[in-house]
Parts: sequence; structure tokens; C-alpha cells
Amino acid sequence: MNVQELSEKVGERLRNRFGEAITHSEIHYDFPVYIIKREVVQDLLLYLYNDTELSFRFMTTLCGLHYPDQKDRELGVMYQLHNLGENWRIRLKTFFPIHDPTVPTATTVFASANWQERETYDFYGIQFTGHPDLRRILNMDEMTYFPMRKEYPLEDGTRDDKNDAFFGR
Amino acid sequence: MSDTIQLPGVNISAENTPAGLEGVGFFATRLDKVVGLARKNSLWPLPFATSCCGIEFMATMASHYDLARFGSERLSFSPRQADLLMVMGTIAKKMGPILRQVYEQMAEPKWVLSMGACASSGGIFDVYSVLQGIDRIMPVDVYIPGCPPRPEQVLEGILKIQDLVENESLRRRDSPEYKSMLTKYGIE
Repeated sequence: MNVQELSEKVGERLRNRFGEAITHSEIHYDFPVYIIKREVVQDLLLYLYNDTELSFRFMTTLCGLHYPDQKDRELGVMYQLHNLGENWRIRLKTFFPIHDPTVPTATTVFASANWQERETYDFYGIQFTGHPDLRRILNMDEMTYFPMRKEYPLEDGTRDDKNDAFFGR
Repeated sequence: MSDTIQLPGVNISAENTPAGLEGVGFFATRLDKVVGLARKNSLWPLPFATSCCGIEFMATMASHYDLARFGSERLSFSPRQADLLMVMGTIAKKMGPILRQVYEQMAEPKWVLSMGACASSGGIFDVYSVLQGIDRIMPVDVYIPGCPPRPEQVLEGILKIQDLVENESLRRRDSPEYKSMLTKYGIE
């Protein structure tokens, strides 16, 4: 089955089941991508997991997204799923406003989402409702901001020996 | 007293003898000179190696460059027995408190050598997660520049440490400057 066929097949099943909650679908390189509403994240993951034909039972990865220019859909979460039997891979994305960065946890379906959601919280400040232990995982506990959000500078803020004239800024 | 031993085709320089009185069967000199000499030539380094500088240090320890020639044969992997903390590699901010604890666990007298651009200044890693030089959390005696430095430079750094060990006061820890420096870092 090629990517086009896979995209249509999964898209049709999802639209039949979740209707309006699937707001958009596209093919990004060799990945079918579905933009979904955050309210259905858990149900949709469970549906894809339990369905005997689709059987997306492996979550490859999960990460945060930040597009500062998308009004009211600045932050997002991306899930990448794998059907290991058929070697089908798909991506799900959900977006929400930066002033309300909450999304239901995926740990109810995939236990491996635990640390990945902690990492996403650590770097993007996304609150996963229902997560069993949502605290920082990689950065130091004392950190007061979410460093991968684009409003924060990448550089260390404590350097005082840098003359901008030498750095072309 | 001769400083060199002459062998056919080989010139091995022995340690410089401190000034003193010499006679048949005895040699008298200042105690601090003897202690300095002993300390200098039996440093036990604790290698705190986190990245590529650590690999370069392994080359320094191995037979080709052979740090053992300078009296540092024995690496100490316990801070309690180490004299010299060698910090080699990028130190993440999250690792800062651990490195500092290692330093605090070392007994006086102790020295710190910062190897490479990362340990000395953060290097190319000017980012939110990397400590911008270990001298932000602990005093440093010798910095070795380079990314990574060659083993020859590491040996040069060790020799600089040896100079310090040989020549500074045996009770450096009691001096007001040393105490005030530690206070500045918040180390008791």
C-alpha cells in the first residue's frame, strides 16, 4: 500500500468515526498527517490502537510544536504512530492557544508517553491533563521558563563577556 | 649535587634538588621544600570526563604520552583520595551541583584543572542548558585552552599544576585570600 492509499484509508476511517474532529489531512513527505482537535486525542489513539485492521500499537514519538505566528493555535503536540505488522506510519497533530496549553495525556493508551510528555512539558510548558507525574525531566528543576518556546533566547542569559559587535548582532 | 645522570646517548633529567646542606649520609633542607617535592610528584588526579576532552585525556594517560612519567600514575575515582580535580568536557547546568559536590568532598590540599573550551567557558555551547565555565561554581587553578586540547597541552597543564603545588604555601587553605575565595563561591 502506498502513502496515498494509506492516507485515504486511515483518513476515511477516522472521519467516519470522529467526523468534525479531524480538521485537516495532508501528506508530508512519506507521512500521512492528520490535524485533530485536542478533545478527541485519547479516544482517537485508543481507536487506532484497538481497531483490528489499523492496529497502530506503537507510538514512535511524541513532541511539542510552537508556531508563534498561528493565532490561537500557537502550540501543538505531534504524535507519530506505527503499525508494526503492516509497517504503516502516520502522524497526528493537534493545536491549541498558548494561553491555554492543555491537552489530554496519552499515557492512558501508551505507557511510553509518560517520559515523552514530561519532556514536552519541560521544553514547551504543555500541560498534559491526567498525566501521573508531570514534572521536569531533562532540565534543572530550578529552571523558570520553557526553553524551546520561541519567545526565549537560545543563548545562556548569564553571559556578560559577549560584545555583540563581534557577533554581527 | 648533580641534577643529571649521564648514560651513553641518554640524558635523563632528575628532579631539581632544593637548596640545602649536604654531607656524607645526610641532606638538610626546608621541610616545605620536601613536602612540596613529594606532593608535586605524586598527584592523584580525579578525572571528571564528560565528553571529547575525556577521550583526549585517555590518550594522555595511555602509553604514548604516559602521564605516569610525571607522577600521576594512579587515577583516583574517589574524591576523598584525590588531590587534583580534572574537569574535562561540557558541564550541563544540571550537572553543576554534582561536580561541586565532588569538589567539596575532596580533602585539602586540592587543585582544579579545567580542560578545554567547554569546561573553561561553555565553549560553543552558549545555550540555556550548559554551565558557562566551571569557575562559576568552583575555583580553578589552571585552564587548558583548546577544543579539545592535544595531550601535550594536557601535560603542560599538569606541569603548571605541579609548579603551583611545589611553590605555594603548604598551608594555602589557611590564607585569608583562599578563605575569602571559597566564601565567594559559598563553599565552607
